[in-house]
Amino acid sequence: MTVAELTGTARLFRAGSPTFAAHHAVYGSLPSVTAPDAPDALIDELRRSGLEGRGGAGFPVWRKLASVLANSSVLADSSGLANSSVLANSSALANSAGRGSSQRQPVVIGNGADGEPLSHKDETLLRQAPHLVLDGLLLCQAVVRASDVSLYVGAASAAAVRLAIAERPDALHVRVLIAPEDFVSGEATAVANAFEHGVSVPRDHIVHLSQSGVKKRPTLVQNVETLAQLALIARFGAEWFRSVGTASEPGTRLVTVSGDVGTPQLLEVAGGTSLRRIVDACAPLDEMPRAVLVGGYHGGWVPGDRLDSALSREALAPFGAAPGAGVIFVLGSGRCGLESAGAIADYLASQSARQCGPCINGLPAMASVLGSLAARSRDPRLPGELARLADLVTGRGSCSHPDGTARFVLSSLRAFETDVRAHLTGRCEVHGA
Amino acid sequence: MTNSPQPEPAALLHIDWTRCDGRGLCTELLPELLARDEWGYPLARTGSAAGSAAERSDIAIPPALRGAAADAVALCPRQALKLTSR
Repeated sequence: MTVAELTGTARLFRAGSPTFAAHHAVYGSLPSVTAPDAPDALIDELRRSGLEGRGGAGFPVWRKLASVLANSSVLADSSGLANSSVLANSSALANSAGRGSSQRQPVVIGNGADGEPLSHKDETLLRQAPHLVLDGLLLCQAVVRASDVSLYVGAASAAAVRLAIAERPDALHVRVLIAPEDFVSGEATAVANAFEHGVSVPRDHIVHLSQSGVKKRPTLVQNVETLAQLALIARFGAEWFRSVGTASEPGTRLVTVSGDVGTPQLLEVAGGTSLRRIVDACAPLDEMPRAVLVGGYHGGWVPGDRLDSALSREALAPFGAAPGAGVIFVLGSGRCGLESAGAIADYLASQSARQCGPCINGLPAMASVLGSLAARSRDPRLPGELARLADLVTGRGSCSHPDGTARFVLSSLRAFETDVRAHLTGRCEVHGA
Repeated sequence: MTNSPQPEPAALLHIDWTRCDGRGLCTELLPELLARDEWGYPLARTGSAAGSAAERSDIAIPPALRGAAADAVALCPRQALKLTSR
């Protein structure tokens, strides 16, 4: 996959080569965070940068780091102490150790699983700019004083990651774990499960991972693009980060554009760029596509006549979408939205980890009703039944897969509302009678 | 005891959906709080997807039902329930 840029936004792939020499020549050395006040200073810089996670949920990065740091220095039972030698050497820690008799050593995991089949950004980043990701990982390790640091990556990027790790002595302790290609394997509790039990399925949790994750230790899971952006902010600062993008969507983000375009590709775009501009950069097959799916299979459809909308939380909220992990799928004017949505709902149902009853039963039920609607079954109860099922599964699982699937299904009903009515009379706006 | 209006922390019944098998014992012990969905799994009577989706996995227990909730936790054959607080 090629990596293109819109003017002035090339930041993450500047090295032009995955080697450490190229990386170092362009970005310089990794900033030190060994001074006692350096971790807090970096957290503050991240807060001012406004960087939010790029794995899908969009959680503020500084808050996760601050939370893991706070939880690592609270009193805990001694079983949490795996190895205190690294901690004993840290002078900064001597202060916080006074608060409790023992420490719970945090775990840091870079998540590059790209569970979305339409997303290639994490794999591409790991293959082409692995050292920025490693920089971000090592910075997080230093900030939360973790001894256990890992990268969770798809099989396609593992070789590049191992090569990069072997190139630098400061990263030799980074473990690599291969993620399966399932949709839910990149969900944060599934990642923690993978490290603890070797199974990449989500798990029940009553507290956040930053409090109790892998082996009950405070666990920081950050997407690999987030880590690369963090490595740039640590070098060049919050002001620099915010010099591109908008006030509410600062910096750049990676988007994977696919579907009915001449040039499916990965783009690094300024936050808040209009969908129209992003789609036009990829040679769309139509002047006006039928719709664009934004945010991936848990995202929402933006109708083709609304592509002036910005890639931002506010602009996308009315469509039930969010920038998420930057997946943009273009549906050409010759395609029926309900047929496409039905196929995606089938896929999502097949990707249930089959642990939670409402998901095991409710997702196939939703996919089946949407399938009947797509097949122009003349049953006026279908849209209401779909909305009922979407409501029924929401909030009733150990991960957000049922919620995301319900959101996608409801978005399909809204975006293709007039076609839903046509289908109920046996016609289709795209395919006619 | 004080007269402060500060409410007690709410007791919550947490459902571990990865364990729940829809046996239905909890819905018999706590009919005021839990119905069963069409597949037999517990469905909170309060809290809708549109309101607060989180209330469907962590259900607020009124003081009068705390005993019944404790029974449900103890008797769940799948050990899928926990009492927590907010």
